[in-house]
Amino acid sequence: MFHIYCPYCDEYREEEEFHPSGQAHLRRPADPANSTDDEWGGYLFFRDNERGVHHEMWLHAVGCRKFFNMTRNSATYEIYETYKMGERPSVTAENVGDLKRQSGVQAETSGWQTVGARPESESLNEEEQA
Amino acid sequence: MSNIKEFDCRPVSQEGAESPMAWTHQHHESRPAGQNPGVRIAEKAFLGHLILRGGAIVLDEAVRDILGIALPGRPNTMTQNDAGTHSVQWLGPDEWLVIVPGGEEAELETKLRKALGDAHFSIVNVSGGQTVLTLSGANVREVLMKSVVYDVHPSAFPVGKGVTTVFAKATTIIRRPAEDHWELVVRRSFADYTYRWLLDAAAEYGVTQERA
Repeated sequence: MFHIYCPYCDEYREEEEFHPSGQAHLRRPADPANSTDDEWGGYLFFRDNERGVHHEMWLHAVGCRKFFNMTRNSATYEIYETYKMGERPSVTAENVGDLKRQSGVQAETSGWQTVGARPESESLNEEEQA
Repeated sequence: MSNIKEFDCRPVSQEGAESPMAWTHQHHESRPAGQNPGVRIAEKAFLGHLILRGGAIVLDEAVRDILGIALPGRPNTMTQNDAGTHSVQWLGPDEWLVIVPGGEEAELETKLRKALGDAHFSIVNVSGGQTVLTLSGANVREVLMKSVVYDVHPSAFPVGKGVTTVFAKATTIIRRPAEDHWELVVRRSFADYTYRWLLDAAAEYGVTQERA
């Protein structure tokens, strides 16, 4: 269960109080009437499905009822930070490795989801060799 | 001055008025209390509830002038007057809950609208939508610990704190206006459920219900 820091309530709350609201930092086409179908369709329907660092919107649904942003690792479930709407993230996919090294933790940005788990194909290959 | 039409929805006579707890009281007999009940549950019925939304600075000025108490600026806190009859609670960065004695809310709303003038704000009278249950007694904290995910230990929940959280899966405002005194602000549609949950959770400590 997540223990999520709400930047508006200024404290950690249980995941039960929150609701995930999809990818953050979507940019609406400035001129919808003159945008192409690709641009508008991409804005409306198509979302990134990142493995690793992902910026998301969350809603503190039972609480202050405010939306905020969260940077989270979709593979390890680690929450790097939460920040208010309109702010820029300090942790991104580009700098997360550096931040991890600075804090003395081994970077795990695109590793396996759980320790010891490997893709099926790799383990099958190894069995054949053995 | 805004062109909002105001309406005092409180009837002239309170005769026949029913609080959100009315159905519960009609359908469930009062349980006999033990010798030394650990929990006392009472309802503060027919209070005036207003939701204020807007900028903290303008609202604070108006509330100070009219109610004489400051708007709580820090998250998850509440302020009240010395008698404890009037209170203002932080619900969100631009949202506060004002609870006043029943009958004062319409006048308060008018005064606040006048004081706030052309500022960007909203005042909604939610008196009919929710009610206040008070909990007191030696075992209140044990009952709350069974019911909420929020930490109710005195170090995390001092007097003067108030939070909106999940109470037995229902959205409830929990606040602590005094040392041995907790309040739950529950929605009308959840009142019966919450009340019966409380009776069940408090049964092992002995519980009395004070009915108005």
